[in-house]
Amino acid sequence: MTAHAEPLHGQHDDHHGPPPANQSSRVDARVLGMLLFIGSEIMLFGSFFAAYFFIRVVNPSSSTITPDAWQFWPPCKEPPVGGQCTAGQFEFPVFVAGVNTCILVTSSFTVHWALQSIKKGQRAGFLAGMVLTFLMGLAFLLTQVIEYLNVGFNTSDGAFASVFFGLTGLHGAHVAVGLSLLLMVIIRGFRGHYSPEHHHGVELPGIYWHFVDVMWIVVYTTVYLL
Amino acid sequence: MESPFRSEEAAFRFLLITIGAFALIVIASAISTAFGFLTFLALSAAAVAVYLRQRGPAPEPTHIEPLAGSDERRVLVVANETVGGQELLSAISTLAISQKTTFRVVCPALNSRLKTFTSDEDPAREAAQARLDATLARLASVGIEAQGEVGDGDPLVALDDAVRTFGPNEIVISTHPPGRSNWLERGVVDSVRARYDVPVTHVVVDLGDVAERESEAYLPAADET
Repeated sequence: MTAHAEPLHGQHDDHHGPPPANQSSRVDARVLGMLLFIGSEIMLFGSFFAAYFFIRVVNPSSSTITPDAWQFWPPCKEPPVGGQCTAGQFEFPVFVAGVNTCILVTSSFTVHWALQSIKKGQRAGFLAGMVLTFLMGLAFLLTQVIEYLNVGFNTSDGAFASVFFGLTGLHGAHVAVGLSLLLMVIIRGFRGHYSPEHHHGVELPGIYWHFVDVMWIVVYTTVYLL
Repeated sequence: MESPFRSEEAAFRFLLITIGAFALIVIASAISTAFGFLTFLALSAAAVAVYLRQRGPAPEPTHIEPLAGSDERRVLVVANETVGGQELLSAISTLAISQKTTFRVVCPALNSRLKTFTSDEDPAREAAQARLDATLARLASVGIEAQGEVGDGDPLVALDDAVRTFGPNEIVISTHPPGRSNWLERGVVDSVRARYDVPVTHVVVDLGDVAERESEAYLPAADET
């Protein structure tokens, strides 16, 4: 990334309008904006993870059933009797979420392919990659909605359920935002926008999409697997 | 430090690393919870260490468009505590003698990190302004007209700002001798040489010797040439 020192006056008589902004930072303003945005997102997710770990590790007495229900994770559906979960524990749909994870990770590969294609001037590959990414993101989101409807507990089932819906819902909202960005790229792509020289509008949603995937890897591992 | 999200390619690579790292954590956790936690800590520490040590590709040198005509030289001088040093004044005088030269002196308002974070910059700027005023007066006394300004506390940022408004075709940086210079330790001179496509002169000023040599020094005036 380079900066260019423009003369203040007298050198380019054909220049009209205000002089270019004095930019001391050598980071491109658009990339810097995306980095700041992702920094704020990390803090947002961090607060949700803090709540999750607080409930799971630090404050097990926050169960709405009985305090000793929290020796089990996920918690028991009914108060444990004699140290046993007689009614069984709540269950996370690990397999369905795992398939969903595969879908989302694959969508990162396709958005990467799309960007590489537009850099090489291959419009067909670019458009195919973007459409596939969008469809996989949509599949992820719809699967998550179906998972919510069939998960077997609701937000009223204690802090455990609240933090589960909070974390996965927060991520789902980010997927929805990412899908909006991808849709804009697809529309612009079909209208002939972007080229090997000008593809910043694809790169930034791509960065965002990878970030959403990274966060899902963390959420899935922490909430579903560990 | 390089941001893992500086570009789409970097973000994609970071995603793959994240998948691998969390797969290891899950496997370690399946063996034992403590082992999984230790794996998480070890991988996190390794990731932080790698990203802190990473250096991106060196940027291309910035082309500086000189504001002057071909007969005039524009010299940007960056110095702070050494701004009144004899070696620097001699170097400026030598440049002034050889060709019609316009000087701009920039004094970065050096400040501690804590004061910078708390925006307590006024004393640093006042001190830099006092040094700058004394230097400009001293240059004027020997017939060298120079402009001056107090710059950002980071010498590279101060230089960047001055380059944009002054358009120099030569840069002079004054520092303490090696071993006593914070700027040299931070590689400021090397960074400036890599950053701009104009000649960069490094002047070492030993302020410990200034007082004893000041009485003997001969500072030729520009109008004597």
